[in-house]
Amino acid sequence: MKRNGKLSNIYLFIVFIILYAPIFYLMYYSFNSGGSMHDFEGFTLEWYKEVFQDTRLLIIVLNTFVIALLSAAISTILGVLGALAIMYVRRRQVKNTLLTLNNVLIVSPDVIIGASFLILFTIIGIKLGFTSVLLSHIAFSVPIVVIMVLPKLQEMSPTLIDAARDLGASRWDVLSKVILPFITPGIFAGFFMALTYSLDDFAVTFFVTGNGFSTLSVEIYSRARQGISLSVNALSTLLFLFTIVLVIGYYFINQKGSRAKGMGVRK
Amino acid sequence: MDNKTRNIYLIPYVLWIVLFVIAPVLLILYYSFFNVEGQFTFENYEKFFTPVYLKMTVSSFWYAFLITAFSLLIAYPTAYLLTRTKHKQLWLLLIILPSWINLLLKAYAFLGIFGTYGPANALLEVFGIGTQQILFTDFSFVFVSVYIFIPFMILPIFNSLEELNPSFIDAARDLGASAWTTFRRVIFPLTLDGVKSGCQAVFIPALSLFMITRLIAGNRVITLGTAIEQHFLVTQDWGMGSTIAVFLIIAMAIIMILTGNRK
Repeated sequence: MKRNGKLSNIYLFIVFIILYAPIFYLMYYSFNSGGSMHDFEGFTLEWYKEVFQDTRLLIIVLNTFVIALLSAAISTILGVLGALAIMYVRRRQVKNTLLTLNNVLIVSPDVIIGASFLILFTIIGIKLGFTSVLLSHIAFSVPIVVIMVLPKLQEMSPTLIDAARDLGASRWDVLSKVILPFITPGIFAGFFMALTYSLDDFAVTFFVTGNGFSTLSVEIYSRARQGISLSVNALSTLLFLFTIVLVIGYYFINQKGSRAKGMGVRK
Repeated sequence: MDNKTRNIYLIPYVLWIVLFVIAPVLLILYYSFFNVEGQFTFENYEKFFTPVYLKMTVSSFWYAFLITAFSLLIAYPTAYLLTRTKHKQLWLLLIILPSWINLLLKAYAFLGIFGTYGPANALLEVFGIGTQQILFTDFSFVFVSVYIFIPFMILPIFNSLEELNPSFIDAARDLGASAWTTFRRVIFPLTLDGVKSGCQAVFIPALSLFMITRLIAGNRVITLGTAIEQHFLVTQDWGMGSTIAVFLIIAMAIIMILTGNRK
């Protein structure tokens, strides 16, 4: 194994280079005064200025964040309820059916989710725009939250609840003082995942946005289809930095969570 | 009493399932029986079995297969080598990080990289091959798709390699197995679950990519996803779009059953 050490390092190195090259390529040319993604002519912050002066774009960024935060919050509540519901179902068959239905949206291709939601909203009579985008983001985030919370619930020993009951806790007390604190790391993870899914989603949103409403992904798509514009590069650099901040934040939340449960649970 | 608590949690969740899981699938099925004029008909299904659509389905599967195969080929060694590194969780995080950058931005980056004056062509120039048309070809489509899906393949394989009990490998070695035999007979079969879920995570989305075909393949590659998007948003033929979606759902179900983890 050891003599392969160098070769395997080179392999990993190449994979990392390829994974990061496009991202740094975008960032590098966001400072190009030449206006194209080749032939770096000179350093400029012009494109960043353009991004910050583009009111329409700023509104779209705001929309994207509002949708992400709202949908993550609502889907976290729904998802936790769902996980509790699945947890409390005793009959195996019902449990498995619920779990299967839960996973349908996770494995479904985005186009199908988008197309079917488009039909659904049109039939119910919901106008395409903010509401339809928000609803669909909630819809596809719920199962992710369930998936993140359910293992935590299953990890919890039932004796904890029995003990709380014996000590005279009401049902609400059991939920708010025993169950919820125990599954908090799962809830945070679920919320965070929902947030990133919502920020990232393009395909579903693309189907259910009407004419007046747009999110960042949809906007980037329509700009990229028109060809290269370095303000997209500048925007992507800003997004990349923001993503890194999010990841670091998530990493610390996770660290905290694993330290809390680190006493003897798993290795 | 216990029953009541259960019902309270179930109400919002089941409501969500009915409204956003069951209803959409039924609606897709329902719409697949209507033509553009809104008449009930089996026309769409007849149309699907004409050479045009069958060819598209086959090529869509072929591309998805290629993308999955290349992703697996690159991801497996990467995952394996990652488990051998120090600070593997940190390295894994670094592998996953690019997958959090918006997919469209990465696809957009390749417009520059693969462009006529981009670095890919500059490299070909150095090797003396000369400038090629890379953008808007099958190659660029497969390459960019593999690029985008690699983290999703690495993650499950990494996880199953982590779960692998190292004493199995030691035992195989002690019994005289070569490195290759150990890999083929011990490591790979025991991590098959990870490989399967990785393939699932790549193959199904690869069948339905439409933004990458539009941006990178210049409409030359038409996948099932592209066709659905076309029918729903461009030609407004929801019936035909739904019919293709029905077949995509069936294909998806078959793949899920074939690669399902029995746990």
